[in-house]
Amino acid sequence: MVKTFFRNFFKKLNFNPFSKKNSVKLGLYGPPNGGKSTLANRVCMDWLGEEMSTVSHISHETREIKIKEQVTIKNKKGKELTFSLVDTPGIATRIDYEDFLKKGIKRTEAKKRAKEATKGVIDAIKWLDTMDFVVVVLDAAKDPYSQVNITIIGNLQARNIPVLIAANKVDLNKANIDAIKAAFPQYEVLGISAKYGKNIEDFYENLFKLAH
Amino acid sequence: MVTFQFVPYQDVEGLTSAKRVNKLLNIVKDDRIVIIEGSLRKEEEADLIEITMEEINSRFRGIELSVIYPDKTKQDVMQKLRMLFANILLGDRQGLTIIGPASIVKRIEKDPDKIELFTKDGNSPRYRGKRKNK
Repeated sequence: MVKTFFRNFFKKLNFNPFSKKNSVKLGLYGPPNGGKSTLANRVCMDWLGEEMSTVSHISHETREIKIKEQVTIKNKKGKELTFSLVDTPGIATRIDYEDFLKKGIKRTEAKKRAKEATKGVIDAIKWLDTMDFVVVVLDAAKDPYSQVNITIIGNLQARNIPVLIAANKVDLNKANIDAIKAAFPQYEVLGISAKYGKNIEDFYENLFKLAH
Repeated sequence: MVTFQFVPYQDVEGLTSAKRVNKLLNIVKDDRIVIIEGSLRKEEEADLIEITMEEINSRFRGIELSVIYPDKTKQDVMQKLRMLFANILLGDRQGLTIIGPASIVKRIEKDPDKIELFTKDGNSPRYRGKRKNK
């Protein structure tokens, strides 16, 4: 708490003695299977021409922090924004290896995957303090009032970290951006489809707003 | 049978964050659904998730958590003032927190000022297995 206070204080002065980084970090946070890695891949493909993470319909595909350094994006006015893109494991309150068995993964592999996933959640939470700005990636077709969503956003708010909520998967029929807007009225909510690139230009414009 | 345990605010108010989170998690690990008067701080919610992840094993699969916060936008100035004094005198008792073991609680839905708690189907293989162990 004391560290957070001083961190926020020095942040206002553009000086952070707790920081070990050379560039700003943009974190992708959210529950499992919201599309964080798909969005990370979209950003990297658009600006670096290469993918960053593997994606899967099985939850907890990303089980460790992945970083892509020096991602530079440009807006319509020609301004540049450079950041390190941090793709984090999905945050969950429960991880059951039997859920992976149901997806056809063998028992030994399922147990290993569950163990890695628990470590991934711990790492994602620990890394919160190092983020300069965060995109919370939510599945627009799911209930936004889940406690995980509220806890993630509440913790970012407590740390004074700027937040953009990406309501992902707007290509799905069940997608409901208004429900997300109603749940988190204090934040900018942008409907996107990371998979199909819908609204991705607006997403990049919003990153500029977020960073400045 | 599902067991609920109520934890009044005064039982946790004097504890440090770590002790508070551990106390609640120990109740949950004992297969009880805990209802806490008041809400955890945001940082404590994150700590709770972190510690839960550290404790996960073949028997304990995690938790379901839900917090109802008072809607401060619906409060008028007098209510806010009254609540402020109550907080100073009695501590922050606003809100309600429910934490249950993932082996018993299937999901908790919030809408947003109503909580619905769904337990696992009593006929499911895992539920039967748990009963046998008792």
